[in-house]
Amino acid sequence: MEPINTAIQIPLHYYLVLSTSLFVIGIMGVLIRRNAITILMCIELMLNSVNLLMVAFSAYNHHPDGQVFVFFTMVVAAAEVAVGLALIISIYRNIRSIDINVLNKLKG
Amino acid sequence: MSIYLFFFLAFLTILSAGMVVFSKNPIHSVLYLVICFFTIAGHYIMLNAQFLAVVHIIVYAGAIMVLFLFTLMLLNLNKESEPRKKPIFQLAGVLSGGALGLILVAALKQVDTSSIQPTSFSDMGLVKELGKKLFTDFVLPFEVASILFMSAMIGVVLISKKENA
Repeated sequence: MEPINTAIQIPLHYYLVLSTSLFVIGIMGVLIRRNAITILMCIELMLNSVNLLMVAFSAYNHHPDGQVFVFFTMVVAAAEVAVGLALIISIYRNIRSIDINVLNKLKG
Repeated sequence: MSIYLFFFLAFLTILSAGMVVFSKNPIHSVLYLVICFFTIAGHYIMLNAQFLAVVHIIVYAGAIMVLFLFTLMLLNLNKESEPRKKPIFQLAGVLSGGALGLILVAALKQVDTSSIQPTSFSDMGLVKELGKKLFTDFVLPFEVASILFMSAMIGVVLISKKENA
């Protein structure tokens, strides 16, 4: 594949702001929602914001370590989603609900 | 021209991320997250990280989101039974998230990124160069990642076995 050789007009700052806002939207989602699966999705959103920032820095610094690390972050995220969803299904089998206000057995 | 494309993709990303958080139906949330992942893959392509863009689409939109949809359909949730927090707690969540965002953006405004002035993106994001790097410097994490997947698979099968009581 041919590399895309355009002069870079996008300041790195824009990627910082975009990644920060995605991360903050993910945090808002974890705090607002009560459905456990939606909370897992917002955690995925946070992971993706960090991935985007690492790829941006790696591209601007001409250093491949950032992109390799993103590769491994995707590996860990996939494994974590699989295990998290298995846990949620197992919880649903026991108490027929995935509302986090009901899942408070560890509390006080 | 590429800056207009960046703004368009960034707007779509943030819009779909917002809809993930604020939509009532959880299946709509999953679909908006798929759109968000596609826009992030578009960002990767703009940064010339082509291998990562394709891997991102295959892994996230192709596997993880399908897994989410399967689980949601297995649990058979619909819009009416979706629990919501009280509005005061939702407001508190939005406010605290917004405060964190404000602090982060204010702190990062002072970062001096003017020292990084590349003229063009190198071809480091292509499959060939990234593959070379992955198999020479990062071969140990690469192999350990396969062991991680195997252990995750075994764990998932064990967790979701039905109790024969």
